[in-house]
Amino acid sequence: MREFDYTRAETLSGAAGQLGENASIIAGGTNLLDLMKIQVMTPSRLVDITRIDGLRDVSEDGEGLRIGALVTNSELAADPRVREGWPLLSRAILAGASGQIRNKATTGGNLLQRTRCPYFYDTAMPCNKRNPGEGCSAKEGDGRMLAIFGTSEHCLAAHPSDMAVALAALRAEVEICAPHGDARRVPISELYKLPGDRPDIETVLAPDDIITAVHLPAPQADTRQVYKKVRDRASYAFALVSVGVAVAMDGDRIASVSCAIGGVAPKPWTDPEIEKALAGQTPSDEVFGQAADKALTQARCQPDTEFKKPLLRRTLIAALREATGLAASAPGVETARIPA
Amino acid sequence: MTKTFRMDEAQPRLLDETGQGIVGAPLDRPEGPKKVSGRAAYAADGLPENAAHGVLVRATIPQGRVTRIDESSVSEVAGLLGVFHGPKMTRNPAQGMAGAAPVQPGNEVHYHGQPIALVVAESFEAARDAAQRLVVSYDADADVITDPSRSETHEQDDPETAGDFEAAFAASEVTLDRTYTTAPHAAAAMEPHAAVAEWEGDALTLRGALQMLRFNKKELADSLGIDPEQVRILSPYIGGGFGSKLGIGPEAVAAALAARELGRPVRVVMSRQTVFDTVLRRTETSQRLRLGADKDGRLRALSHDDLVSNIRDEGFAEPVSQASQFLYGAEGLSFTQTLARVCRTPTGSVRAPGEAVGMLALEQAMDELAEELGICPVELRLKNLPDKNPMTDQPFSATRLADCLREGAEQFGWAGRKPMGERREGDWYVGMGVASAARSNMLIKSAARVRLTGDGAVVETDMTDIGTGSYAILGQITAEMLGLPVAKVEVRLGDTSFPGASGSGGSFGASSAGSATFLAAKAIRETLAERMGCSLSELTLQNGIARGGNREMPLSELVDEELVEEASVEAGDTADSHFSAGFGAHFAEVAVHVYTGEVRVRRMLGVMAMGRILNEKTARSQALGGMIWGLGSALTEKLTHDPRTGHLATRDLANYHVPAHADVPGDLKVVFLEERDDMANPIQTKGIGELGISGAGAAILNAVRNACGARVYDMPATPDRVIAAMDAAGF
Ligand SMILES: Cc1cc2nc3c(=O)[nH]c(=O)nc-3n(C[C@H](O)[C@H](O)[C@H](O)COP(=O)(O)OP(=O)(O)OC[C@H]3O[C@@H](n4cnc5c(N)ncnc54)[C@H](O)[C@@H]3O)c2cc1C
Ligand code: SF4
Repeated sequence: MREFDYTRAETLSGAAGQLGENASIIAGGTNLLDLMKIQVMTPSRLVDITRIDGLRDVSEDGEGLRIGALVTNSELAADPRVREGWPLLSRAILAGASGQIRNKATTGGNLLQRTRCPYFYDTAMPCNKRNPGEGCSAKEGDGRMLAIFGTSEHCLAAHPSDMAVALAALRAEVEICAPHGDARRVPISELYKLPGDRPDIETVLAPDDIITAVHLPAPQADTRQVYKKVRDRASYAFALVSVGVAVAMDGDRIASVSCAIGGVAPKPWTDPEIEKALAGQTPSDEVFGQAADKALTQARCQPDTEFKKPLLRRTLIAALREATGLAASAPGVETARIPA
Repeated sequence: MTKTFRMDEAQPRLLDETGQGIVGAPLDRPEGPKKVSGRAAYAADGLPENAAHGVLVRATIPQGRVTRIDESSVSEVAGLLGVFHGPKMTRNPAQGMAGAAPVQPGNEVHYHGQPIALVVAESFEAARDAAQRLVVSYDADADVITDPSRSETHEQDDPETAGDFEAAFAASEVTLDRTYTTAPHAAAAMEPHAAVAEWEGDALTLRGALQMLRFNKKELADSLGIDPEQVRILSPYIGGGFGSKLGIGPEAVAAALAARELGRPVRVVMSRQTVFDTVLRRTETSQRLRLGADKDGRLRALSHDDLVSNIRDEGFAEPVSQASQFLYGAEGLSFTQTLARVCRTPTGSVRAPGEAVGMLALEQAMDELAEELGICPVELRLKNLPDKNPMTDQPFSATRLADCLREGAEQFGWAGRKPMGERREGDWYVGMGVASAARSNMLIKSAARVRLTGDGAVVETDMTDIGTGSYAILGQITAEMLGLPVAKVEVRLGDTSFPGASGSGGSFGASSAGSATFLAAKAIRETLAERMGCSLSELTLQNGIARGGNREMPLSELVDEELVEEASVEAGDTADSHFSAGFGAHFAEVAVHVYTGEVRVRRMLGVMAMGRILNEKTARSQALGGMIWGLGSALTEKLTHDPRTGHLATRDLANYHVPAHADVPGDLKVVFLEERDDMANPIQTKGIGELGISGAGAAILNAVRNACGARVYDMPATPDRVIAAMDAAGF
């Protein structure tokens, strides 16, 4: 860890005033501090936003839910309104990290956690995300956790957040406070930038932007929501592939699906082709597989990530089977019941 | 005077006759409350006043030379005390029981991750910062070999054989020829390696996290170029070892070097990444199994050839086929080992070296053979149990493998196992698997001292407790022998000023240090019998009262001055005349997701006969922990080496996946069958710590096959590999 200044902000504008190049917000610190210890991140100033009022609540805002940026992952997953109306979000959060980490981790921090590409964590190895122009060690290296969509020749890393996948499937928006201007809202899928030739720039946020909340639109009545995460052990591992789906049925047919995929792209991956391919169809493995194949036409794999194609196809089928009731007695399926 | 004892013949089962009735009881560990309340001082906890902090710096090339360590690159770090390197720095930890310094490569680099310098500062934070900033220049070699499959580095042993394998294989009615690979593993002990070194004149005291102090003392002295008598090592509590702390480590040598130079104590704690980089790992393996059998299921030919790796100049090679050499008999047996020399983190003993990975292959091959023959896998094993070691012709000292298989099948409900792929629940296939367990057993020279003070006793030995229960069992043996409540026995361990024991390794600690303790206490019994004026066989000791020859007397009256006895034990003729090993049988039931290939172990049962059980609770914990390791090796654990530099890409516990709680079934059960091994040692015990792993993973993988048709040849069986194997099997 390098020496750094530490400021505890009382207000949003106070925090914004301290931010800028080489300053970092600290929220739960569960990702940032790990990266600082190994000098992958070396901010000269930390701005602690955890004492700022008004960022800790989950409230109903008429359209849906407003989740303050400092609401912890544990609180959010346990919120009765979330469990009832957006179970996909609860499930996705609980599928990530560990109880201890979720107690500390915040909504804003979770969205902005950095990739888990092992070379990003190893300062002995070149990495364009750490030092643009240095090269990408992952390319011919250990690539099991890399992305297959949206990558560039400069960076192949995947975004690791489970929560973000659920939020993308639920069409959430991020509320951002800029120092000189009103709060603005950005759909979650537009928060992230693809790597292109600047993999170090991961989001549309300016250095002094602060995420203040996430807005969840009201879910459609009677959607069935499933989060399915496949990983290298049963718990406490990042996704190889994860799928979040919310499905509305019209009798025996699928009325609409909203879907996002994790572990496969530098952001929660959404592909309208999947949703188009499913709308109006009678659920079957074949229909689900065809939808996956549509998305997979965009995939670009390394030898180490070839497996993600069949795995994604199968995980999407498995999730949709649960959501449409094809899977008999599947544990983990919850129907969203909307309070009157 | 130390009483020395050689195990030349079977000894009376004295612990079955003594009166206290405490041996075998499922007692809590006496040090447990201290550990869970943070009062047990581990190596890094004992921080002397004025201690400085050291952080190891790693090499970042796979092979070559360090040409310059630029100390000016860290000169501005506040509180910097020095950068230490030079000819005494060690490349990696010593191998278990080496008793001499590990390789000291000077300015040479033999693997990416090798510790090349120690940065010392007033605070840990400053030292870590400086270690990351230190600029090192190298002269890197081209064409470095990091891939063990490259044959130009291969060293091959002559095959070990019995009978004529080729002829027997050719004559077999059914044959099988399969290659399995296993991933490299890390011991991943919870406590990272740590040392605090303090000099007083020429005398060094090292608080370390070490498993085998008698050897470690010599290794440390040899590394530093001093006399072993100048070294005292303290290691009273160790947060897990699993083989990774058998030999002296670079943290200890570097701490001692810096402390001498600075004239003040130095603490070095490895970061988790450094533990992964430099601590001996388990090799990856490639294993070819060839089995030949007659249609009725009698094995005729068995060959197990393996390829393992290590770095240059290391003597260790994972004994992969160890259990294959004695578990089943056949007319023709053949075992060949090939060792690749690669620039990777060196390999060494990790819990159950040999069996842990060898039995994953052997016991899957047996399952494949059973399937090929259309014989129940339990039956096939029962048909092929030899009555003596087929390679050496030694009779087994004690084996209840057949009972373990039968009892296990009964208790597990094996009869309810369905044909492959026929049991489905929702989107999950469900299946059952079985495997034998075997792990060879040893007695290692050990000494211990017992003091009887009257109504209490003290045990002293440099034996260690790596979380396994040494404190508990040595207390129980002493209490049993001296007729005292266990609470009246104090056990002092982990100090080289005490008599030297085997240390913790190879599952031999309890038997070896336990036997020495037993013999010292037995010598005290002799004195007590004399004082009571009765023969030894008439003497009864119970709850602090001695009885014999129609007399009864409190020990506190019988013992005026403290009675002290020291005894040592070593292997003798029985080690040649008989072959001793622990045996058992593992049963597993798994669910495999039809679509995603995820495997969930639903229940497991291990039935084991492992000699006399000294403490039913700590023994069970060992067996359960071993089975969980088996699960890890079958399903989740894998170190990944960068294909270019050979260094570990999975350098932390987020990327190296030991089983999490959710991986471990709630229904995880161990049953011990009563056994005494009269040829093993004077207390009739066998090793316990490693048998639980041996074969456990194979039972799981055999269950995967039964569930969904997937036979996974490359372990661990992660979802992608299960999917590919299901596809290959047409599921
Ligand atoms: C061992 C381990 C396993 C894990 N497993 C998973 C997993 O399986 N799935 C998963 O999804 N996650 C996993 N995580 C990651 C975990 O979810 C994140 O570390 C956590 O969510 C980050 O939240 P935080 O509040 O601690 O963020 P911090 O570490 O405080 O911050 C992270 C980043 O966000 C920035 N930031 C924080 N808040 C704001 C804000 N309001 N506005 C603007 N910028 C902000 C910080 O400057 C920093 O760059 C794991 C973490 C660990 C250590
Ligand atoms: S994939 Fe991205 S994060 Fe990983 S090494 Fe390449 S540039 Fe760095």
